[in-house]
Amino acid sequence: MADIALSNVSKRFGERLAIDSLDLTVANGEFVVLLGPTGAGKTTTLRLVAGLERADGGSIRIDGRDVTAAEPAARDVTFVFQAYSLYPHLSVYDNLAFPLRSPARRVPEAEIGQRIQHVADILRISGKLKNRATQLSGGEMQRVAIGRALVREPSVYLMDEPLSSLDAKLRSDLRLELKHIQQNLGATILYVTHDQIEAMTMANRIGILNEGRLIQIGSPREIYENPKSLYVAARLGQPTINLMPPGLLPDGGAPAGTKTVGARTEHFRIARATNGKSHATVDWIEHLGDQNHLHVTVGGHKLVTLVDPGTELKSGDAVTVELLAPLYFDASGERIGATHAA
Amino acid sequence: MAQIRVEHLRKQFSDFVAVQDSTLTVENGEFFVMLGPSGCGKTTTLRMIAGLELPTSGKILLDGEDVTFKRAAERDIAFVFQLFALYPHMNVRKNIAFPLVSQGVPRAEIKARVEETARLLRIDDILDRRVSGLAGGDRQRVALGRSIVRRPKVFLMDEPLGALDAEFRDLMVRELRELHNRIGATTVYVTHDQLEAMAMADKIAVMNRGVIEQFAAPQEIYDRPVSMFVADFIGSPPMNFLALHAGLAKGARSLRVNGATVAVPEVREDVAESELALGIRPEHIRFDDSSAFRGSVFGAEYLGTTQIVTVTTEHGQLKARLPASVAVASGETVGLAFTGDRLSLFDKASGRAIASALDDRRGAHG
Repeated sequence: MADIALSNVSKRFGERLAIDSLDLTVANGEFVVLLGPTGAGKTTTLRLVAGLERADGGSIRIDGRDVTAAEPAARDVTFVFQAYSLYPHLSVYDNLAFPLRSPARRVPEAEIGQRIQHVADILRISGKLKNRATQLSGGEMQRVAIGRALVREPSVYLMDEPLSSLDAKLRSDLRLELKHIQQNLGATILYVTHDQIEAMTMANRIGILNEGRLIQIGSPREIYENPKSLYVAARLGQPTINLMPPGLLPDGGAPAGTKTVGARTEHFRIARATNGKSHATVDWIEHLGDQNHLHVTVGGHKLVTLVDPGTELKSGDAVTVELLAPLYFDASGERIGATHAA
Repeated sequence: MAQIRVEHLRKQFSDFVAVQDSTLTVENGEFFVMLGPSGCGKTTTLRMIAGLELPTSGKILLDGEDVTFKRAAERDIAFVFQLFALYPHMNVRKNIAFPLVSQGVPRAEIKARVEETARLLRIDDILDRRVSGLAGGDRQRVALGRSIVRRPKVFLMDEPLGALDAEFRDLMVRELRELHNRIGATTVYVTHDQLEAMAMADKIAVMNRGVIEQFAAPQEIYDRPVSMFVADFIGSPPMNFLALHAGLAKGARSLRVNGATVAVPEVREDVAESELALGIRPEHIRFDDSSAFRGSVFGAEYLGTTQIVTVTTEHGQLKARLPASVAVASGETVGLAFTGDRLSLFDKASGRAIASALDDRRGAHG
């Protein structure tokens, strides 16, 4: 296992600056998730670390060794892609054995067998080792693809949305599994996704990317509770953070220069209006089963918060809405008046 | 506007039965979602309603008229596919107008209907832009516009959001439902994503291996699943099952599990000693030091406002949804309490829900 350090890395594709002076470190045994929308530079960053792209500037070190100009094969990394690329004519066993049988490695067959058995147990595909790759379901194929990365025991794992092609249920099972595998192996993982739940539940630290720049990096709780900017605040949280002009709701402490107030469920206190002093109305309650969303209108603005499934509130109710230490942003979208350093 | 009725619908591909024997009614103006895993028969059912497949047996009625053997073009429906195909060399206006032009609708009427459709979708400001330069959301709206402009009786949608980013999918879920509220056209929507189903549907049919396991309003399916399959398919995380070996007497209001007495909704049938499953939704679990039901914390997944805490017990693992402010440490022993009137009981062999006072909640919200 090893650490990864990117220092002042840039990458251009023609006119477009895909990665802009990126500094990023992933400590030994750390699980770092890069989160951002399509085109933010997540996959390019991974490909630069893997050696599938060459940086135009800056340096990349793996385990202290400068690999900026090294060939992919010389970097001791494995890459798990979004689309599983298995050899369809080979069995699951032979697919898993493939990287170990390469002439560069020459792992003895007995050891190959042990490693495959171990990985197959972790991924719950031991019963399928003799099957052809084409006889597997999508979820099983993706587990074999992840397994092929695990058997190699590389210094670092690079994963590009490995779960995005799976259905929701399997994705949630594999999230937990992947996190446990990572903890048990002490693996260093750099993982890319646009799914905030994957980022929050698996990462030691989340890096938020926008237009090739790393906007903020920190633990899921830091990013969620102390976003540096509006852009970061909108990346995490379901329902999405509510944005409103200052003064829409009594907020007391809005610092000078506040252009936007951001409030999540935990920043609201909502109660049924008792004495006609209401300024808000319940539009509807969206029953999502485990999560119920309360839609409220205040002065022409729509707000959405989580509400207890057993709530007494109903459509048309007059309510009062109070803010409890919300987030404040200035005209450029930067956070201001943070109570702790972000 | 239309009602869709499906009677004893069956579809067999050589020796594979894709749809067993489905009967259901989608009322005029309803947003109906068919939900299930790959291969459950939902897309085959949709394709039969569209007229793209012929049933092996059974009937399809549109507004009372038997259309089972009518061709797709003779049914007044619009099909929205997963991949939105637009004509890249045409502007937005021409893309939306296309189905009307090919039907020979007069030009003045085309103009009026395209503009009305664009207003409905809130894309009237980009009508003269080329589609090749549009963002994903606007492209999807243009594709929808091309379906809506024909004013069909019924919309059929096959995972139309499947290819989108998570963030954008949430936005489109809301937009589709709001659009439905505005135009009120009967809609049949196929997905494997239970959150999409819960967020949009008036009624959901949960399908498994060609059979409709449950057909009801979203909240009822969530609160009172008729089978372990449905309970497991809906909810994120899904319902927890504690395995136990026990018999139940009619009138019982509690059972012994994991060294504790757990209150359950009053049982309404006698159940001989057998393998059972106690079903508990993650949000119906809370920490309670005084509870005799003990477990050890396996891990916690932070989600911002809430967290999912996994607890290991003698009868299996439980996932609890708790406020993120509750402090938990891995390995710690905790006591758990449950919302007793909301628990489900299942016969493990058949997966069937055991009759209980929970059934009284049928139709009641909350």
